[in-house]
Amino acid sequence: MKVMNMVQAINDAMDIMLNEDRGVVVYGEDVGVEGGVFRVTEGLQLKYGADRVFDSPLAESGIAGTALGMAVAGMKPIIEMQFDGFVFPAMNQIISHIARFRNRTRGKFSAPVVIRIPYGGGINALEHHSESPEAYFGHTPGLKVVIPSTPYDAKGLLIAAIEDPDPVVYLEPKRIYRAIKQEVPEEKFSIPIGKARVLNTGEHITVIAYGAMIREVQKAMVKAKEKGISVELIDLRTIWPIDRDTIRESVQKTGRVLIVTEAPQSYGPAAELMSIVNEEAFLSLEAPPTRLTGFDTVIPLPLGEKHYMLSPERIFYEIEKLIKY
Amino acid sequence: MFNAKTLEKYKPLDNKMYQVMDNEGKVILKDWHPNLSPEQVKQAYQDLLFERTVDNMAVSYQRQGRMFTYPPNLGQEAIHIAAGMVIKEEDWFVPAFRELGAWLAKGVQLWEIFLYFKGSEDGSRFVGANRMLPVSVPIASQLLHAVGLAYAMKYKKEASVAFGFVGDGGTSEGDFHEALNFAAVWDVPVVFVVQNNQFAISVPLKMQTRSQNLAVKGIAYDVPSILVDGNDFFAMHDVMSFARDFVLSNNRPLLIEAKTYRKGAHTTSDDPTRYRTKAEEEDWEQRDPAKRLQQYLIKNKLWDPAVEEELIKSYKQKIDAEFEKAENYHAYPIEDVFGYLYKEMPMELKRQLNNYQNYLNNGGAK
Repeated sequence: MKVMNMVQAINDAMDIMLNEDRGVVVYGEDVGVEGGVFRVTEGLQLKYGADRVFDSPLAESGIAGTALGMAVAGMKPIIEMQFDGFVFPAMNQIISHIARFRNRTRGKFSAPVVIRIPYGGGINALEHHSESPEAYFGHTPGLKVVIPSTPYDAKGLLIAAIEDPDPVVYLEPKRIYRAIKQEVPEEKFSIPIGKARVLNTGEHITVIAYGAMIREVQKAMVKAKEKGISVELIDLRTIWPIDRDTIRESVQKTGRVLIVTEAPQSYGPAAELMSIVNEEAFLSLEAPPTRLTGFDTVIPLPLGEKHYMLSPERIFYEIEKLIKY
Repeated sequence: MFNAKTLEKYKPLDNKMYQVMDNEGKVILKDWHPNLSPEQVKQAYQDLLFERTVDNMAVSYQRQGRMFTYPPNLGQEAIHIAAGMVIKEEDWFVPAFRELGAWLAKGVQLWEIFLYFKGSEDGSRFVGANRMLPVSVPIASQLLHAVGLAYAMKYKKEASVAFGFVGDGGTSEGDFHEALNFAAVWDVPVVFVVQNNQFAISVPLKMQTRSQNLAVKGIAYDVPSILVDGNDFFAMHDVMSFARDFVLSNNRPLLIEAKTYRKGAHTTSDDPTRYRTKAEEEDWEQRDPAKRLQQYLIKNKLWDPAVEEELIKSYKQKIDAEFEKAENYHAYPIEDVFGYLYKEMPMELKRQLNNYQNYLNNGGAK
């Protein structure tokens, strides 16, 4: 075991896989000499050489499109989109090709690219540096989408993503890149994609969240505990495919559910989760399934961001409202 | 023969186009000799006729309601036949969608092509073709795939080239420019082939670009570029052969603009009379690639045009048989809608498939 933050854990996962498989390459903007703008790829070029860890020209569609070619030829590219708001030029390659190549060729070819994207708000950044685009990927047939909430999960999920035979969008909650430190095994391990994790068992209400929101919910839970409210917290871990079983079992037990996501509301992941709750646990419900999400607005620049970001207080407010329903 | 010296001589910035034959099939290039045997040239002409016959048949199948939308190749066959002779089994062929003769040379079965345009992904399995990518509909996006494949070939130290095809309209897309730039910066063996057939559906080239030709677009990226008469089989074959050797031995990309004319419609859903004139069509008819190669063969006493009628008749029988194979292909199983998105079908897709099957099992209509 070694104490790591999320940046170190992600770096460690890539290090292990670069070492294990010569087909693995890491590239994107500034990931080489610079080690990435968040230093996630620090030291990897020095260790594995500039033909395996390298800077590409500054063009996201180019990064994604070339990765498809490499993957079709049997390599395992891990590409970095420097920020969430910069992935949009690559969407044609991701949605129209990477996600569909296996289906289009009836399994003859596939494009198991790993697309790493730092995402989410709360870091006082410029416009286009604080987006939560997970719904676009979750809505795209052919992709898997994972989001870790701890250094341990970050390492295990990234190794699973790299070993996965299909393309995986791996979203990194950059707000907690360095906020959490925990003991992480130094050896290789993986966490199955498609499985949620119950972080806290409780009786009165289920809260479903992922990524940076987990920590905020945990803060709200301190207050809930003081008020005698027992919260069951589910860390979704995988945005698609969603682990219905864990959601069903929990909501059937508690009868109440709050879904917390930073992404805008309409057509978002919370809407999908609420549908699943309705389909799987309708007769157990004692209150309407409720979502607390970002607004259907552009995430404001830093001076206005606090109005958008979900505070533990707001989360607790919604929990209490549901309990009193 | 096209060589490094020729590359120096035919500068796209001078708008110089490489040409071997005139419109009557007469060799106009001084000291030029074919690097193909008479038998190979004859075979190339027959392959060209075959491609043209397939096209005519395909359009008529579509008209009979036996096939959906189909993009004819008519007028561009010399490019395809030349490319097909040069692209080797170990090379990656990254098509757009209008390269029929080259597809067949790569080992794609004609019935697969028909099956695809009849509306089945099974037509993209390409059971007998190695390193052949499927149709790419989003324009120019496939060129980046070719660059990634070329990177992989260089990385794995394989002597293999990626050939990426695009049309004139595609040169306006960002991915075209990103592909040229990535390939140049990464020093990878990829040949970009622009089939400039003068129209992007209805939009003429002059609405597409102010560049004097499309080959100049490679120059700023430091990609050696050649403008070639795409209706001149020999010019096309010379340039394609040179390109393959050049990118392999220099580990760098090369761009070819093959100037041609789409004699047919963009697809069977298109009506070219809306956007081009009879006079223009007649002008290009003078440069028809089949006619030029045929005239060359006749001049060199290699061909008797009297045999063509019988030849085409035999082609038609063969093509009909291939089409029947596609028509008799098995029905589209429900499982195939779900079964190829992921290596292993995720629970969520199994659930959706199961719901649909339950509906059908309870007498539901499709």
